[in-house]
Amino acid sequence: MEFTRRGAIALSAGFAAVLMLPSKMAKAAVDDKIAEFTGGASVGSGGITLTTPEIAENGNTVPIEVDAPGAVEIMVLASGNPTPGVATFKFGPLAGAQRASTRIRLAGTQDVVAVAKMGDGSFVQASNTVKVTIGGCGG
Amino acid sequence: MISRRDFLQAAVAASAVYGASGVGNWARLAAQQALTQDQLLQFDSFGNVTLIHVTDIHAQLKPIWFREPEINLGVGAVNGKPPHVTGADFLKMFDLTPGTPEAYALTYVDFVSLARGYGKMGGLDRVATVVNAIRADRPDALLLDGGDTWHGSYTSLKTDGQDMVNVMNALKPDAMTSHWEFTFGVDRVNEIVDTLPFPFLGANIFDAEWDEPAYEPYKMFERGGAKIAVIGQAFPYLPIANPKWMFPGLSFGVREERMAEVVQEVRDAGADLVVVLSHNGFDVDRKMAAQVPGIDVILTGHTHDALPEPVLVGETMLIASGSNGKFVTRLDLDVRDGRMMGFRHKLIPIFSDVIEPDADMTALIDAQRAPYTAELDEVLGTTDSLLYRRGNFNGTWDDLICNALIEEREADIALSPGFRWGPSLLPGAPITREDLFNATSMSYPNAYRSEMTGETLHIILEDVADNLFNPDPYYQQGGDMVRVGGMGYHIDVSKPQGSRITNMTLLKTGEPIDPAKTYVVSGWASVNEGTEGPPIWQVVEDYITRKGTVSVDPNKSVQVSGA
Repeated sequence: MEFTRRGAIALSAGFAAVLMLPSKMAKAAVDDKIAEFTGGASVGSGGITLTTPEIAENGNTVPIEVDAPGAVEIMVLASGNPTPGVATFKFGPLAGAQRASTRIRLAGTQDVVAVAKMGDGSFVQASNTVKVTIGGCGG
Repeated sequence: MISRRDFLQAAVAASAVYGASGVGNWARLAAQQALTQDQLLQFDSFGNVTLIHVTDIHAQLKPIWFREPEINLGVGAVNGKPPHVTGADFLKMFDLTPGTPEAYALTYVDFVSLARGYGKMGGLDRVATVVNAIRADRPDALLLDGGDTWHGSYTSLKTDGQDMVNVMNALKPDAMTSHWEFTFGVDRVNEIVDTLPFPFLGANIFDAEWDEPAYEPYKMFERGGAKIAVIGQAFPYLPIANPKWMFPGLSFGVREERMAEVVQEVRDAGADLVVVLSHNGFDVDRKMAAQVPGIDVILTGHTHDALPEPVLVGETMLIASGSNGKFVTRLDLDVRDGRMMGFRHKLIPIFSDVIEPDADMTALIDAQRAPYTAELDEVLGTTDSLLYRRGNFNGTWDDLICNALIEEREADIALSPGFRWGPSLLPGAPITREDLFNATSMSYPNAYRSEMTGETLHIILEDVADNLFNPDPYYQQGGDMVRVGGMGYHIDVSKPQGSRITNMTLLKTGEPIDPAKTYVVSGWASVNEGTEGPPIWQVVEDYITRKGTVSVDPNKSVQVSGA
């Protein structure tokens, strides 16, 4: 079959998506970022809530929210993006809540990671998998 | 795997069980040739509250055949648990006898011969008779519709769902939730919602821009001296599984935290009983029941499961009422002192030849269909084979559709979506235009023809397989596997995404699919805007009329392991 413009449009209109899984390099970059943030201190869990959709409705704008009462800083990473750093939120002593929400772009299915530095200098972390899918074919 | 004994113990622990939940005696009745309407409706009222549940009617106004699945695999923790039990295992688990009416209604075993004996099921005029009988017994019973109501037939497509709205309004539901409703477009949904005499609920439907609730989350009712909160939960993955450009600006999702907040809100407002009217799909509901405290009853939907007994998760009861109008659930509850003290449950099968149609409803249904009778009744051809859709990997309706796509559109490979709607047809039956639309009716029907590399095909199959077999239910979308024509493959459902699908083979040559090579692929129901091609029903109609009589060979090209 000749590959016509019409065919090309139909192709893009049919199923077409490339899904990327986090590479080893990205994983190392995330570990480096966390080590840089914590100064190598050990990271606990609990006391931090990361809210993300299980499956992204639009990978280009995925709503996330992180809440860590008592935190002074929260760093958010998209572990599978070419550049994993998303944002670091800093909370002053007058902040009414240590909570932030934003929308992020995800290159593919990956873990979103949030690390909080607490008032006492300890660190806690939460991680959620967000799936980016081709879609369709639902019942 | 949960045994029936464990299951019954669990059920008894929660208090009342109505004679194996009301199905155990159909067999005896059938043996006595005495399956009557009175016996199907027999129910000793219990407690002070009655819920009536219908769901996933898919616009089936008239009685239909519907073959339950042969393969319905559960992965991870739900392997071998209801509803992931089929055929002989299902009969054994629920202590049903092969050949009986309940075996016919609930499983695929001996489907064709039993279908000829027991007849079609469903029909909203029969459903009306059942609902009226329950209301005669308990006048303030709540009728709750789980959604997928307005979509799925020729007349619903031609009237943008108005036929179903007219008929359902006459049935007087107290609330509904939604999924395929939104494929008529958000403007049409809102136009209908403005006219509905009952609330259209969806606690998980949000405005995407402002992240604010877009529809009513719940409705509070006073019944039998108790305050009952009914919370709606729409299908979580509408913008992913269906074309999001048809309802721009809306966001869905499971939103477990939101459900927990709303449950707390209604409890704080004094709810004695919390009911979730859900279109999550059964496994998602099972997880949500375990994660969100304070829900008494989840009326499940979306995955089209019919279970003769409730499934209990902690103190939450999950009810599965089937699809296509084949069943109505009656659930009587004893609600006192702010909690559910006991229940009595019956999954009422709508045997269309046994239950007398409600005359007013028959007239109303006929009036909706009257303008389209000539098109509906036109015979396009005959089928030699049983045509059905439901099942994880293939159905003969989709095999027929794939054959039509390959021949009519000159493709190497055909893809047909793993929908769970679409009634069955018996061997030897004429195929009318109505039958064809029952399997294909939709607002994005274009049959595309394009080129894809072997690698792209592999990615698609892996992606869809993960929507079905991800061990975490919150990542499942509740459809079945995409149906494939012209290509075989092997799937290990226990593997992670990316390594489930192997041995992809082009059937016409027997050669392995080459990741770098390009193949001509035809399919339908793309979620992308601007998809070009004739509507799928035209492609299949051309094929059927050209063949006269169609037959579908048993599909042996998908090999499954890991279950």
